[in-house]
Amino acid sequence: MATLTLPVEEKKKSKINEQEALITGAEAIAIACKLANVDVVTAYPIRPYDTVMQYISQLVADGEMDCEYIVAEGEHSQFEIVKHASVCGARVFCGSSGVGWMYAMEALTVSPALRVPMVCMVGNRALDDPGAFGVEHNDALAVRDLGWLLTWVDSAQEALDTALIAYRVAEDRRIFVPLAISCDGAFLTHSQALVKIPAAELVKKFLPAYNRGDLLLHPDNVISVAPQANEDWVMEIRRQNYKVTEVACDVIREVYAEFEHTFGRKYGNPFFEEYMTEGADVVLLGMGTMSTPVKVAVRKLREEGKKVGFVRLRWFRPFAGPEIAKCLERFKAVGVIDRDFSFGSPDLSGVVATEVRSAMYSSSSTRPPVIGFIGGLGGREITVPDVETMTDIVFRAAKGKAQPLTQWFGLRE
Amino acid sequence: MGQLFAVEVVYRGVFQKTLAKNITRDIVLAAHNEGKLGISFGRYGDAPERNGIPAKSFAIVANDEQTLEEGMAQYEPKHVDLTVVLDDTLSKGAESWAWYGLQPVHHALKPGATLIVISQEDAPALLKNIHRRDKAYKLAILKGITSFSGMWVFKDDHTDVRVLGAIASALPQLFSLNSVLQFINEKLKSELKVISARNAFDRFSTVDVPAGQGNPEELFKFELPGWDHMRDGVSIKGQPQGGPYADPVTGEVGGFRPARNELFKKYSTRSMRPVVNFSTCTKCTLCGLNCPDASFDITPDGHYDANLESCCGCGICEEVCPVKECVTMVNESEFHDNKSQWEAFRKDKDAYLNWLETTIAKASPIEKRSHGFRYRGQYQEQVPEALEVARKG
Repeated sequence: MATLTLPVEEKKKSKINEQEALITGAEAIAIACKLANVDVVTAYPIRPYDTVMQYISQLVADGEMDCEYIVAEGEHSQFEIVKHASVCGARVFCGSSGVGWMYAMEALTVSPALRVPMVCMVGNRALDDPGAFGVEHNDALAVRDLGWLLTWVDSAQEALDTALIAYRVAEDRRIFVPLAISCDGAFLTHSQALVKIPAAELVKKFLPAYNRGDLLLHPDNVISVAPQANEDWVMEIRRQNYKVTEVACDVIREVYAEFEHTFGRKYGNPFFEEYMTEGADVVLLGMGTMSTPVKVAVRKLREEGKKVGFVRLRWFRPFAGPEIAKCLERFKAVGVIDRDFSFGSPDLSGVVATEVRSAMYSSSSTRPPVIGFIGGLGGREITVPDVETMTDIVFRAAKGKAQPLTQWFGLRE
Repeated sequence: MGQLFAVEVVYRGVFQKTLAKNITRDIVLAAHNEGKLGISFGRYGDAPERNGIPAKSFAIVANDEQTLEEGMAQYEPKHVDLTVVLDDTLSKGAESWAWYGLQPVHHALKPGATLIVISQEDAPALLKNIHRRDKAYKLAILKGITSFSGMWVFKDDHTDVRVLGAIASALPQLFSLNSVLQFINEKLKSELKVISARNAFDRFSTVDVPAGQGNPEELFKFELPGWDHMRDGVSIKGQPQGGPYADPVTGEVGGFRPARNELFKKYSTRSMRPVVNFSTCTKCTLCGLNCPDASFDITPDGHYDANLESCCGCGICEEVCPVKECVTMVNESEFHDNKSQWEAFRKDKDAYLNWLETTIAKASPIEKRSHGFRYRGQYQEQVPEALEVARKG
């Protein structure tokens, strides 16, 4: 769980209309959609994302939410429909999981260049085959190079808050690209926790109406979207998307500050959460709900006098490279836990470890060793003893003892 | 660097794709008979190539591997030793998909090099269409009807080997006639083709075109914007709606002229154009309604006037016109501008109708082939005639 602290005054202010509910991460996202007054929702069932579409349809059926709720005949259409609706000025929501997300791939790849600020939830799920329901991050990561903003959350509260933040970030005219919020399948999508639901009037204040300006496809603004282009245009279009990456970190920082100001809930550094890193010799780093066993292990190890901390990455795209490198170079060694794999990558590590090493290479002068751990694939448990062993390995690396750069955990030998 | 040769073949997309590919391949193979190395490749103008779109095929030949690589280290050759034009209506220039504006057909031709055009016209007629340039060049006419050899209705009319024979004469450093004949004997195995290639070689002649001679038309073009000056979201501003316009004689305002893209006119796709007899027209509207590109201006007096900067010459208007002798598709080589037919008709009815009659009569569709076939089997019927034209040279 993210550490949430409220200044006393803010607490008083926001508590007036704030409600508390025991809901799942999926339900939290559905409630955020209601609060954000989303115009068009498309749905196609696949577990674990489908819980979101169920909750939204319930909200619509109960008369609590007013939106176009369209059940598509497959994920490709699901994402195409919101793409078109967004170009016509609608605030949209959709989502998927695992191979469903992959089935939408063509729609996913075309949306960034069209500057479509669709917000999606990915209920992370292992890619078939074998058909499996458990969490693995390779589904959402498949679009990491294609112009999507990607964020990982680890609690229902953070899921709700991040969904509100997501609309504000994606619909900022400087951004206007799709954004996916990753929620670990089962561990977050299907776990109920107490969540503070902000008052609708505060959300209205925080989230201005989606204004597509001169990109609006409308009879009063006659434009043609996505005409055929050849060698003479494609590089310029890519460069326009690249510009988003140049400003994304600044926009995200602004929006988190605004969020804190409006709702009184603090997330600190938007890009990563630091847990017990003060005075630490080594740290572990990872994304999503693995934070629970890692934090428990870190506390246990700290009690044993082992100076270890944890850095939970929130935003994978943009990857706040210099900031992350600056954070990590304080430590003697870093262990990155990947709930994914990156076939044939340098050092055969996971995606996150490879990105962290790359960021350290260009933005850190000390470049402490980065050890990659692959674990928890297909929903397998990352255990507290696993984390303890990982920490031992990272300590050995910190002492200058060569360690294998990539190691698998929780694997049957 | 060793010797490097670049040959460009300009053709009409789809219809002449295989023919152009065969010619550039055969150039490489004929040159290879002399120990030279080469690569032949296509740069399509549209994807997929659409009917009539101007497109190009290239042959790059060198006498060693490194020189060949240097010749290939670019998107396409910027300077060519020879340009072959497979359809004389391309003389008016090419507005290819990856080029914004109109290119003269000889735009890559080196100074003093040869432009070979397959045509039944003579040099003065072709130079009404071929744009003037500031460097002199040679023009060679290979007498023939626009060939579709290599299409799926393949009927070989020897255009491929006639071009090879002509090249052996125009650019003997590339390959000799003997190398061409050796290639034909070994690969194509046709004695008739040997005769066709030799005839083309023997009859080959050129006309010197001095700098400044040719079509004075100003080529339309525009600057491509930088990435931070472009609209984002892969979006372009829509065209305004258009509106009524004035009759050139009475000044009466009416009708409707759609606004059109100023940056992409695509009339260089056209190898035939519709000519309209406004005196037989019943104003049934079918041509305008069926035009896929909204290329008809509705005139103040309710006629349908093909806008020739917009029309790509598909021929649907002729097909749907219910009136006998009202809309007729005529080969593009008869025309040297894109002026409004209706305005000419309004200004001088008799002169227009007279012009119309002689133009249609002169350009009988059987003599001048285009992609606008009227009925099934027309192409096969034309093959003997095409061979006859080629035989006469």
